[in-house]
Amino acid sequence: MISPARSWREFPQRYRLEAAKCAGCGKVLYPPRVKCPACAGTAFETIVLPREGKVVTFTVVRVPPAGFTEQSPLPIALVELADGVRVMVQIGDVADPAELEIGMPVRLEFRRISWDGEAGLIFYGHKAVIAR
Amino acid sequence: MQVGIVGYGAFIPRRRIKLEEIAKVWGADAPSYRKGLQLNEKSVPGADEDTVTMSVEATRNALARAGGIDPAQIGALYIGSESHPYAVKPSGTIVAEAIGATPAIHIADFEFACKAGTESMFVAQALVKAGEVSYAVGIGADTSQGAPGDALEYSAAAGAASFIFGSDRERFVAEVVDTYSWTTDTPDFWRREYMHYPRHGSRFTGEPAYFRTTTSSAKGMMEKAGLEPKDFAHAIFHQPNGKFPMRVGTMLGFTKEQLATGWLSPWLGNTYSGASPIGFTAVLDIAKPGDLVLLTSFGSGAGSDSFVFRVSDRIEMVRDRAPRTRPQLDEHQIYIDYGTYAKLRGKIRMAE
Repeated sequence: MISPARSWREFPQRYRLEAAKCAGCGKVLYPPRVKCPACAGTAFETIVLPREGKVVTFTVVRVPPAGFTEQSPLPIALVELADGVRVMVQIGDVADPAELEIGMPVRLEFRRISWDGEAGLIFYGHKAVIAR
Repeated sequence: MQVGIVGYGAFIPRRRIKLEEIAKVWGADAPSYRKGLQLNEKSVPGADEDTVTMSVEATRNALARAGGIDPAQIGALYIGSESHPYAVKPSGTIVAEAIGATPAIHIADFEFACKAGTESMFVAQALVKAGEVSYAVGIGADTSQGAPGDALEYSAAAGAASFIFGSDRERFVAEVVDTYSWTTDTPDFWRREYMHYPRHGSRFTGEPAYFRTTTSSAKGMMEKAGLEPKDFAHAIFHQPNGKFPMRVGTMLGFTKEQLATGWLSPWLGNTYSGASPIGFTAVLDIAKPGDLVLLTSFGSGAGSDSFVFRVSDRIEMVRDRAPRTRPQLDEHQIYIDYGTYAKLRGKIRMAE
């Protein structure tokens, strides 16, 4: 399970979809990194990612790990956002995984991602939901 | 200083359970429940939805309608709910962090049964009126629970409404004309510490609690503001089921037409702290500039907050900047069976 300190450090990217845009080459990194993998630059501008996108590809996890078991079957997708940035997210509100298709328009919504049992922390972030 | 709503938003989960699906599990007579409570179905939160997630989405919708407000200018944020995800750790901090309103902000979580939502609105608008903050957010949200087989299980639902109050008139979608509260100690509904489900006083929740408190609050409000039922285009009352709000509205002299737009409970259920505030968002979705609107909540224990709003011209420009309330209720529902409902609502005892 994620520690309180680590979850706290990740709030800007998980809660507000803040990404790092490399000042040198313009590559957008999500989650942010300390060094740009494209140009090795270390100066970044904080940008907020758009919440609209489309499914590039997806899979359905039938036996999720601890912390996610109540959400089985758990669809996970690679989503390309409106600005071209790709993010890996769960897909929420799926009545039947058979309805999922590559290319589907989705919107990111604030959801519970996982939780540490009944007594531990609840970890929030964004899930994709089908945009209708 | 004049104060008004500069942005509003609602969020309703997509899952629904029909009254018949609950009734068949408990051997109850569905037609008599449907007739007696005037309920058809109710919203159910997914495993990944709670008071915090719904509050974030409702507030993002409110910010979209407010148009151009920097969240850092929000000086106060209050969430009224009886289903805060943590017993100790505020919901408001998570919501404020998610919308980018931290750290220069005052935050509190309110609780007053079903009245906590209007309570947060009441305090938020008062702080703006006093000139203490530029903008303040009042949220009503709940993922309420009814004990299995109890009458409450047919109504306890989930949803959220969020309102951003400000004093810049050009941004008003509705001006706060006046407010009034009416409160007594009336033990009609309660939940003790560590208890999973609430208990209630059955029929005592009706006349001495809901009806006495709601009518006293609405009458007191109209008397204070010098208004009568005929002066209002719309009125919204707390909606513990489908029957009570229509009955209390007509008792007070409102017509069914004045009550219809904000009357969501037959399809939504009782969203507790979100109930009358979500009804109010449905009214703002269709109201005309100049319309007077009465909003009267009710919270067991017992109290009622009343507000008179006057809808402003800007409403026409901003209402489609975020999803309207009625389509969230009427479209793209996911219907679930009782087994799924029991799992999602934590009614199944899991291995420890």
